[in-house]
Amino acid sequence: MSKTNVDPLEKPRFYLEEDHHPESSTNLGFWLYLMSDCLIFAILFATYAVVGRNYAAGPSPADLFDLPLVAINTAMLLLSSITYGFAMLQMERNAKAETLFWLGVTGIFGAIFIGLELYEFIHLIHDGAGPSRSAFLSAFFTLVGTHGLHVTFGIIWLITLMVQVSMKGLIEANRRRLMCLSMFWHFLDVVWIGVFSFVYLIGVVG
Amino acid sequence: MTAEAPAHEDARNTHHGHSNGHEAGHGTFKSYMTGFILSIILTAIPFWLVMGEVFDSKILTAALIMVFGAIQIVVHMIYFLHMNTRSEGGWTMMALIFTLVIVFIALAGSLWVMHHLNANMMPMSPEMMKNMP
Repeated sequence: MSKTNVDPLEKPRFYLEEDHHPESSTNLGFWLYLMSDCLIFAILFATYAVVGRNYAAGPSPADLFDLPLVAINTAMLLLSSITYGFAMLQMERNAKAETLFWLGVTGIFGAIFIGLELYEFIHLIHDGAGPSRSAFLSAFFTLVGTHGLHVTFGIIWLITLMVQVSMKGLIEANRRRLMCLSMFWHFLDVVWIGVFSFVYLIGVVG
Repeated sequence: MTAEAPAHEDARNTHHGHSNGHEAGHGTFKSYMTGFILSIILTAIPFWLVMGEVFDSKILTAALIMVFGAIQIVVHMIYFLHMNTRSEGGWTMMALIFTLVIVFIALAGSLWVMHHLNANMMPMSPEMMKNMP
């Protein structure tokens, strides 16, 4: 506000640009980024669909996948989605401490998800079912690994935003950033639905 | 500050509040909980179908898993990503539809082409198929 007071002649320029547009175009732009990310995952899913049954005399999904572990993983991601929703609701109420609390809970669920996924990967590689074992495992590690990498970067982003919110408060810029991360986080949950349905469950069914 | 400035600010806020209803990311506690409970149900059923070995038919189980997965994706889109036809003047929906078309072409095209390629290869026994790289 103080900026606009310095030179009243500047004002008409602000009117022309319309204040609410930058935020709204951020949302659309970020949505377009998510759609391009969606294409990356679509191609990885297509690759998995094509080579997912080429086991090279190696283990098949039914031999490898531990469904209770996948169920816990899915629950973690689902819980992190709803707790991020709570963080957004607290942000709407301008409650900084509560927003930070729910963001922290979201981060913990995300970290447990990544931890379990790494445990699964290490377990698979230890059993000789690493990405170089067969086309199926290459495609599996690429698809699930890319998703895990997205979640990892989401957590880094989340921690960055928690620091920014705690330092600067729930200012307009931080709200916009939280909004973008919200879309990113829920989008990753959507991709995970595809992963657990198509890769894990149908893989075990055979 | 002139009298006009607060009025401008007020107008901006009103406009912002107005646009909130249209934009992504402004749910209510109720909408989030609805989405969450629906997601739990839609996740639990496919896991139960597989882990409880409910149906003997593999194709039926696989088809049901995909159906529940698709429904859950729509639930997430509506309740968590707050998709609707009005946000950003419909451009998010246009982008989504365009992406879905591309995704469909990529998925269906890959599977179709590779299936034909497989079918046109030398005949293979299931054991040979298993040994494919």
